[in-house]
Amino acid sequence: MIVSTERTISVTVNGVPRETTVPARRLLSDALRHDLQLTGTHVGCEHGVCGACTVLVDGTPVRSCLVLAVQVDGKAVTTVEGLARDDGRGGEILHPVQEAFRECHALQCGFCTPGFLMTMAAGLEARDRSTDITEDEVDEIVGGNLCRCTGYANIKKACRHAAGLMKEAAE
Amino acid sequence: MKPAPFGYADPTSLDEALTLLTEDGAKVLAGGQSLLPLLSMRLASPATLVDINRIPGLDSVVVTPSGDGAGVRVGALVRHVELLHHAEAAQVQPLLARATSNVAHPAIRNRGTTVGSIAHADPSGEMTSVLALTGGSVTVATPAGSSAVGWADFFVGPLETSVHGPAVVTEAFFPALPPRTGTAFEEVSRRKGDYAVCGAGVTVTLDEDSRVTSARASYISVGLVPEVHDLTDAVVGQSVDSADWTAAGALARTLVDPDGDLHASADYRRLLVGVLTERTLARAAQEAQNR
Amino acid sequence: MTTKLMGEPVRRREDLRLITGRGRYTDDIGHGAAAAAFVRSPYAHARILGIDVDAALDVEGVIAIYTYEDLVGPMAEPLPVLIPHPQLTAPRTGFPLARDVVQHVGEAVVMVVATDRYVAEDVCDRITVSYEELPVVVGVDAARAAAHAVHEDVPDNVAARHHQETGDVEAALAASARTLSFTQYIERSACMPMEGKGVHAVWNHDDSSLRVHTSTQASTSVRAAIAAKLQLSLEKVEVIAPDVGGGFGVKIVHPWPEELLVPMAAIALGQPVHWAEDRREHFISSAHEREQRQEITVGYDDEGRVTALDVRAWHDNGAYTPYGIIVPIVTATQLVGPYAVPVYRVRIDSVYTNTVIVTPYRGAGRPQGCYAMERTMDRIAQDLGLDRAEVRRRNLIQPDQFPYDHHLTFQDGRPVIYDSGNYEGLLDKLVALVGWDRAEERRAEAASRGKQLGIGMAMYVEGTGPGPYEGGHVQVLGSGKVLVSTGLTSQGQGHETAFAQIVAHELGVPIEDVEVTTGDTRRFGYAVGTFASRAAVMSGNAIALAARGVRAKALRIAADVLEADVDDLEIDEGLVQVKGTPGASIPLRTVAVLSNPLRYAFDEAARQATQFAGPGDDSKPPVAVGDAPGLEHVDYYSPIRSTFASGAHAAVVEIDPTTWEIDVVDYAVVHDCGNIINPMIVEGQVHGGVAQGVGGALYERMAYDGDGQLQNASFMDFLMPYASEVPDVVIDHQETPSPLNPLGLKGAGEAGVIPGTACIASAIEDAVGRRIAAMPISPTELYDLVRNPDAERVPAAPTGVPA
Ligand SMILES: Cc1cc2nc3c(=O)[nH]c(=O)nc-3n(C[C@H](O)[C@H](O)[C@H](O)COP(=O)(O)OP(=O)(O)OC[C@H]3O[C@@H](n4cnc5c(N)ncnc54)[C@H](O)[C@@H]3O)c2cc1C
Ligand code: FES
Ligand code: FES
Repeated sequence: MIVSTERTISVTVNGVPRETTVPARRLLSDALRHDLQLTGTHVGCEHGVCGACTVLVDGTPVRSCLVLAVQVDGKAVTTVEGLARDDGRGGEILHPVQEAFRECHALQCGFCTPGFLMTMAAGLEARDRSTDITEDEVDEIVGGNLCRCTGYANIKKACRHAAGLMKEAAE
Repeated sequence: MKPAPFGYADPTSLDEALTLLTEDGAKVLAGGQSLLPLLSMRLASPATLVDINRIPGLDSVVVTPSGDGAGVRVGALVRHVELLHHAEAAQVQPLLARATSNVAHPAIRNRGTTVGSIAHADPSGEMTSVLALTGGSVTVATPAGSSAVGWADFFVGPLETSVHGPAVVTEAFFPALPPRTGTAFEEVSRRKGDYAVCGAGVTVTLDEDSRVTSARASYISVGLVPEVHDLTDAVVGQSVDSADWTAAGALARTLVDPDGDLHASADYRRLLVGVLTERTLARAAQEAQNR
Repeated sequence: MTTKLMGEPVRRREDLRLITGRGRYTDDIGHGAAAAAFVRSPYAHARILGIDVDAALDVEGVIAIYTYEDLVGPMAEPLPVLIPHPQLTAPRTGFPLARDVVQHVGEAVVMVVATDRYVAEDVCDRITVSYEELPVVVGVDAARAAAHAVHEDVPDNVAARHHQETGDVEAALAASARTLSFTQYIERSACMPMEGKGVHAVWNHDDSSLRVHTSTQASTSVRAAIAAKLQLSLEKVEVIAPDVGGGFGVKIVHPWPEELLVPMAAIALGQPVHWAEDRREHFISSAHEREQRQEITVGYDDEGRVTALDVRAWHDNGAYTPYGIIVPIVTATQLVGPYAVPVYRVRIDSVYTNTVIVTPYRGAGRPQGCYAMERTMDRIAQDLGLDRAEVRRRNLIQPDQFPYDHHLTFQDGRPVIYDSGNYEGLLDKLVALVGWDRAEERRAEAASRGKQLGIGMAMYVEGTGPGPYEGGHVQVLGSGKVLVSTGLTSQGQGHETAFAQIVAHELGVPIEDVEVTTGDTRRFGYAVGTFASRAAVMSGNAIALAARGVRAKALRIAADVLEADVDDLEIDEGLVQVKGTPGASIPLRTVAVLSNPLRYAFDEAARQATQFAGPGDDSKPPVAVGDAPGLEHVDYYSPIRSTFASGAHAAVVEIDPTTWEIDVVDYAVVHDCGNIINPMIVEGQVHGGVAQGVGGALYERMAYDGDGQLQNASFMDFLMPYASEVPDVVIDHQETPSPLNPLGLKGAGEAGVIPGTACIASAIEDAVGRRIAAMPISPTELYDLVRNPDAERVPAAPTGVPA
């Protein structure tokens, strides 16, 4: 039974096994950004309200500012850097939510964007793709993150658009 | 906003956890959705965090539809999201899913635990009131053994419970809804997903002739600890379709003693208590007819 | 033919990096740098008695601790008053680290540098500052009463008395058929960009140079400030605004103390130092805006035409005035909006309080002015029993009255002369868009659902694109790539895309070949900054002029080579060609190679270029007098005065009379920002502005208690809207080009936020029939209002009836 002030953790980040030693108090958001240098995950409040720091832990969206790095030992973390797929030719295939954000002008400064993308990707992947997305679903997916630039209209539009792309792909 | 230093342990058994918790300044870490903001703002600086997430056996929802012990037992590691989507639990105690859907936003529900929110004893939390309204209890494990503590004995003040010293709340028990009883839950919050400015959970029980035999309510963000108010007097014996829910709302207003804060005056909360009581009782009564 | 680019919704080029996590914001830069953190004042007003750092010195990882005592030379002097003004008679600014007195909660007292931010905060915790508390002044009314002084030597708390008048207002009021007077308040909100501020500084010992990344709206000015304060030669300082996570005004203020202190530490320590502002710091040590008390008297005739307007206001400028009195000046001058006001007087006292400084937040004083004027229009309508739209219509400046001189002096010191506009057109479109004439029908329908429906409108004119200037540099490389740079910065407005559209259009090159850099002093040294909706107007036009310069030079060189007349040439898809003569052409990239007589054949382009080089003219030097090698051009755009964009918003609210919750069910926007470069980007700006307008009207406020403690310094309690709180917005456009600049542009960045408070207040008033004289308003306040027997009842004026 060890009480540690520092731990070496093994985490699969965006499919790649990583090992890093962190103080017990290190927030997952900081570990990703500073220890693993994956700065795509942003920090807007550090008290759980804005959602900019949202990442997937074992596929589920969580606020990385409300998780300790030591708590993800042995787990898989996906960040915005891991959202696009390798196309096998040195390029990448964007995730439908990324495509939709670009197409619908769903970002301005881009600071909130990674959090929205991760939440939306998980939200849309979890739903039944054969059906059209409802406004309630859109509200639920988009509703927990703050954006100061866009007024959300285009983020909601992107959510519908991405759902459409995913529906098409499933057909 | 970074936490002060602390030691961290993630025991794999309850006994280990309890031993660790005997140390001075040790604190349980469950979902962390309330604790981590406090740590980051340095409003709390425990010496050691005892992370209970690796302890087996605490992650189940056990539903007993009827008979002795009918109700829903929720383990300490059950996340809000599981309760939200638990169809069987919703059958036996519909308030669980109804209240949980008002807790924060999905990403927080994915990690925050229902038992954690009860152990946190925030009178603005939905689940503390639901525990009270359903007449529930928690199971508290200490080095001396496990015991059940009724909700009324558990909550002693805002963010304060009767449990001191090394203890883990291992589960919460929400008794099943009695027959011919309906429930409803509604809240008013400034932004969707925020802690409620005021919320109400109610139960209404009818007799065979669809007359009210019981009407009870518990409120969110009203008072220092969850309370259950019996509103039966205002509507007892009245038929579902003609019951004077307004009178029940008016009665409720006289029973509560809310405080004012940044987002709502005490008077406004009292107004909402009345309005939400009226609305929810009417819905709960309709539902009671069909159960 | 080159695809049309101007006016098209071209998808943004900045997006790919931002959606894949490859953006670079200040906090993403400089892995491993030492971290700074600050001990900030817990008191709103106090004298510092002593600072004890002993206990902090043995924290493992502490690198340095700085207090005022450690500041030398210009650093020990007060921070600059950036924009002095003759009426700002008592300007006051703080020190980078407080010297003896702190004037608001959050003022920096000690800077700590440590191995990382966690440790730096541990060190801060161990530093003890002892204070003697002083009396605290919070709110305009307390400041005005002046029972206590914020600054000892400013006993009346008045920093400035701003005063403008266009005639004898008292005589005009006396001569008016009717007058009415009222008092109203508007509270504080803040820009609240999702990314806080941040500074990263690296000192290069080898060449004694400093490189600073900072999340700013004005990198060139931060550079000048750093050079002056740290006594460095300007060319030894580089300042870069990398990706910036929103600004909305707060990042135009400079230098923030941290922008000086972090570089100072980097130089002193000889190691990179980094500071990332956290959210609590942002609440208590960045800037807020909006709080004013307004007393308005208006004279008008029986038809509702304004004959005189007298505005007396008090503006809370917080503890210091580093940004001068820009906000009250903007309120004063923009207040009159689209209306002809024959005689106008405005007097605004800018007063000190023991709160965070007040500097421009998107709209920058305009929302307050709009609130004053538009609520005045509503009251005139109510008094006369006229439709609110009709009263507005009767007061509008007419299309044939442009240029229209208000005889006021704007924030840039230039006259307020509206360049162009069609305000009646806006009003017509708005009335149609929101269904103003169906208001009574809708009110009845809502009532049948138990809801109280109200509708309100507000119009505005926004001076945009103030000077003095911006510049642009355009250069065509031998590879065909076109490099564009301008000094002003970007915080999400899509400048890379809009400016690329301009250059591709002006130069006739594929947009893919254009690369835009903003806010990097290594690339462009002269700039003013991104504020006052000026980026597109100022840098857009400067870049267009620079591109035209490049084009002229390219044509001249190509004409030589092609032995054609310049006038017969055109550039399309990067090819200079003789109009109507296929084959007679030369690629622009080749022209670029030719433009430099030194043509070492490093690459194929240079080798090919020599074929065209032709026999030189031995009688002339290879670079003609007045010419320069290279296909590039720098130009500046400096307008004689601002352009004036305009718009009209309407809101429909539904109120639940049991809970007094306020739901904005419809929000309509008609706006006119002259010619549009990219409608997709402009609409995005409008959407974002409206969300901030709704936030400011219904959710956001800075809740200071009497002790000057900000009680809601977190996203938990400062209620920035989520998607669930923002209404859907319908938008209609009108394009009235500005005659003042080559592209006919007017700014679009701030417009969306300006009328929000005014039109939502109007709609709520319309719904509940009680006077709304303080904004923002929350359900609990609305409840207090409607059950207060003394609350003023609002006379019902007809809505949507033809006059
Ligand atoms: C932005 C935001 C919004 C939120 N909104 C709401 C809301 O609307 N309604 C609401 O109810 N909640 C809300 N929450 C809080 C959320 O529901 C938390 O998850 C919950 O209150 C605490 O559960 P947890 O598992 O995260 O507990 P933790 O944060 O891990 O712990 C909270 C406290 O309880 C103690 N504790 C936890 N579990 C146990 C246990 N099993 N035994 C003994 N002690 C224990 C901890 O020691 C700690 O003191 C919100 C949180 C955030 C960040
Ligand atoms: S940074 Fe984690 S929720 Fe805001
Ligand atoms: S795009 Fe800037 S915060 Fe969302």
